[in-house]
Amino acid sequence: MSDYVLELKKVSRFFGSVIALKDINMQVKLGEVHCLLGDNGAGKSTLIKTLAGVHKPSEGEFLIEGKPVRFKSPRDALDYGIATVYQDLALVPLMSVTRNFFMGREITKGWGPFKQFDTQRANDIAQKGLADIGIKVRDPEQAIGTMSGGERQCLAIARAIHFGAKVLILDEPTAALGVKQCAAVLRVVAQARAKGLAVILITHNVHHAYPVADRFTLLNRGHSLGTFMKADVTREEVLEMMAGGEEMEQLESELAEFARSDEKESATA
Amino acid sequence: MSVSTTPENRPGNVPGQATDERVRKVSTLNKLLSRPELGSISGAILVFIFFILIAGDSGMFSPSGVLNWSTVSAQLGIIAIGACMLMIGGEFDLSIGSMIGFAGMMIAIPTMYWDWPIWTSIIFAFALALSIGFTIGYIVVRTGLPSFIVSLAFLFILRGFTIALALLFTNRTIVGGVRGAAEGDMLAAVFGGTIGTWLFQWLADIGLMAAYPDGTPIVDGIPMVIVWWFLLALVASWVLLRTKYGNWIFATGGDSKAAKNVGVPTDRVKISLFMFTAFCATVLAACQVLEFGSAAADRGLLKEFEAIIAVVIGGALLTGGYGSVVGACFGALIFGVVQMGIYFSGINSDWFRVFLGGMLLIAVMFNNVIRKRVTEAQ
Repeated sequence: MSDYVLELKKVSRFFGSVIALKDINMQVKLGEVHCLLGDNGAGKSTLIKTLAGVHKPSEGEFLIEGKPVRFKSPRDALDYGIATVYQDLALVPLMSVTRNFFMGREITKGWGPFKQFDTQRANDIAQKGLADIGIKVRDPEQAIGTMSGGERQCLAIARAIHFGAKVLILDEPTAALGVKQCAAVLRVVAQARAKGLAVILITHNVHHAYPVADRFTLLNRGHSLGTFMKADVTREEVLEMMAGGEEMEQLESELAEFARSDEKESATA
Repeated sequence: MSVSTTPENRPGNVPGQATDERVRKVSTLNKLLSRPELGSISGAILVFIFFILIAGDSGMFSPSGVLNWSTVSAQLGIIAIGACMLMIGGEFDLSIGSMIGFAGMMIAIPTMYWDWPIWTSIIFAFALALSIGFTIGYIVVRTGLPSFIVSLAFLFILRGFTIALALLFTNRTIVGGVRGAAEGDMLAAVFGGTIGTWLFQWLADIGLMAAYPDGTPIVDGIPMVIVWWFLLALVASWVLLRTKYGNWIFATGGDSKAAKNVGVPTDRVKISLFMFTAFCATVLAACQVLEFGSAAADRGLLKEFEAIIAVVIGGALLTGGYGSVVGACFGALIFGVVQMGIYFSGINSDWFRVFLGGMLLIAVMFNNVIRKRVTEAQ
């Protein structure tokens, strides 16, 4: 039995002549938030699609609980307990919370031709599933369209947890969310960790990742810059290692320069 | 600064409190407004009031009058139910009208010219219609072309086939005499007969219903077309709202990519819905052929549009994912009442189309508002 629920060994993925990922090593542990950081084009999307079974790795191997596996399809990955919440969330705005929660996996009662969707029980389960991660729904029959982006994100996560995810892959869950909503989503991530799940959090925002992450893997142009425990690195170091680090520094010094010249002008005036 | 608990900051934002501060008391009216059926039910009430006022004494609300407009409503209602399910599933079928003519001919020709017993012709017509529905659905999901175009093609293909086959086999475009062939056939009675004859006879006997001098009541039973309408509405509504498959229909129409991602077999859902519309069209065709005793190649002309209008009046969104079978049935009822009401009240029937267009426009605008209410964060 391995320590890691999911392990990647020298995984590479090529698209024709393009090297999207090269020799990625990564270990994911239950009860940990593993943060995957990288700027645009670093290979984050390719990596999660490989994890989720959408792409097959061109080289290298995948280990689940120490045993090598190959995913034939996303369904396969799901059967191993690897659930991915993509940015589009796979929710239908016109449908109710409950109907979305059980979409494609409806619970039924009755027999034969009279089998029907067990609305009452489904409502209860959906409400409880959301309450477990700290989200109170106003009314499980309300349409998703009326919920905020953060609430939708949380619903998608709650759904994945309810249907037996062991490893939860979240693709940019805090993108395009307000400060408060981000906090709510990150709280849900922490809740999932507390429940003993492994969470792989993909983001390019260190400020969102740093508070909840236990480990960081940094990607740059298809290569891994290494995996770090939170205790070993500071937020600034992480930021610097990302491709954006240098440019950010430069921007800061430029801004400081502007501020100085503004001061000078106001002094001479 | 003194800290005082004013009424404004005391309740509400305390975490863990039983009531959620975000829950707003929604008035019953507001809740009603987000139901898809609302528009068509209130429309139907308005239409009824209008015709009771202007045509109340014209016989429109006598037993035979009621039977008259409810039959017209039922004929449209049957195909509207199919169109409604399909539209909620995110697709269109413009071939419904042509399918009515085609299926009717497929019942009449084998019966009259190949000497098939009528029940085999009926089964044959259903099998043919279902396989055409399957074909349309299969083409739509495999090519990803808009169903509007694919079914438009079938509108012409089926109509052309109907006329060509009728001329080829019978040398005419109206095939009559089916009624005689249907005599005593069990399956034919399911589409062409009436039920409740004893009830109406009894009502006439005790004097509650007008009767002819020989004692037979003016209305001798409920036509099967109305029975089918109610039955299909009941079953379709139950499937849509209460079953797993119904959830898949909403999901497929609402966002088929999302539905596919969570494992809903969207292709199968769509194909089966196309088959269901074909089934509904054939039910109507069978009812008409057995009631009139003939099939005509031009039957069902423009019915596809009337069905879509009824569905839209019923509150379904053209983009899919939202709608109601009950709403579509009320849409069909409005249709039947107005069409017959105009006739009974002596208004020039040209006005019917003006009304229809106007109604459609109002319904679409109304639905747009409803959609905003439902889908936008408040």
